[in-house]
Amino acid sequence: MIVRIATEGQYEVGDSDAPVLEQLDNDAVAACDAGDEQGFLDTFTRLIGFVREKGQPVAEDRLDASDVIFPPPDVSFEEAKAEFSGEGLIPG
Amino acid sequence: MPGLSGRMSTVIKAKISKLLDRAEDPAETLEYSYQKQIELLQNVKKGIADVVTSKKRLQLQEQKLRDQVVKLDTQARQALAAGNEDLARVALERKNVAQTELQSLDSQIAQLEQQQQQMTESEQKLRAKIEQFRSKKEVIKAQYSAAEAQVRISEAATGVGEEMADVGLAMQRALDKTENMKARADAVQELEAAGTFEDLTALGSGDDDIDRQLKQLSSSSEVESELAKMKAELGTGSSAPAGELGAGGPPAGDAAQAEQAAPSEEHAP
Repeated sequence: MIVRIATEGQYEVGDSDAPVLEQLDNDAVAACDAGDEQGFLDTFTRLIGFVREKGQPVAEDRLDASDVIFPPPDVSFEEAKAEFSGEGLIPG
Repeated sequence: MPGLSGRMSTVIKAKISKLLDRAEDPAETLEYSYQKQIELLQNVKKGIADVVTSKKRLQLQEQKLRDQVVKLDTQARQALAAGNEDLARVALERKNVAQTELQSLDSQIAQLEQQQQQMTESEQKLRAKIEQFRSKKEVIKAQYSAAEAQVRISEAATGVGEEMADVGLAMQRALDKTENMKARADAVQELEAAGTFEDLTALGSGDDDIDRQLKQLSSSSEVESELAKMKAELGTGSSAPAGELGAGGPPAGDAAQAEQAAPSEEHAP
């Protein structure tokens, strides 16, 4: 599975690691919904760390689309909340 | 995967398909997409130039602040030598503020340095993808029938489109941060302009805005200990020419004007 950390790059993550990622993603979303800033930042930091640790960076000359795209590592709580509504992070 | 990551993926895919919808003929799609990539690459270069400009501006300001620290230190000594402790204290408070600003400028410059490096890496990455896309484009045009080409084009364009969206995002974030720093730098410059020697000589006529800010910002214990140190260095009741920086009389005002007129000559680092 190809995972992109926005503004950083793509990583190839093994399928066996996918459930952990999914869990972390759901936890991050739940913390965000609950307005739990610290909880969100902690979970999101773990998520990004997990991708960097378990994933292999994708070669620069590959043109594959990602299966999932995570927000930038320095995403703020405000931005993360905006991800669920409105325009999101991606510029037009 | 719904939620955070799902939403980012959806938005990016929507933007890419919008890009591809512009052209219906496969060859046209390829050329259009390639054109967009080259445009983005140019924009990234402009963005890098922008960050470099901001960095240089902050470095210039850093130098000015360093000069100001030296100047205020000198002024504090002169005031103390002239027996005006209040004036010396204000000068030291301002020096304290300037030093604090200097520290935050240092870290901002380091941040811009990091952004510049990050954007340069993004540019290289995007360049590699575009190059890959270019050669793939030629292969697709030469080898495949229209129907097959459509599928392969869409694959390649999605891959490169995602990279484009991501580089665009990285660039926007870097430039937003740079904008914030510019705004802050402007605010500091205003504070600097307001904190001239004229204000020092006007001391006693009540607190102005700057003075209030200064009092909030400066650490008084630091100022007091520096003042004590300075006193010890000068020796109390020294024979320094009194009146040169008097307690706000007309001669002091003149000295202040002169000082302001030629600050750079007086205070070589």
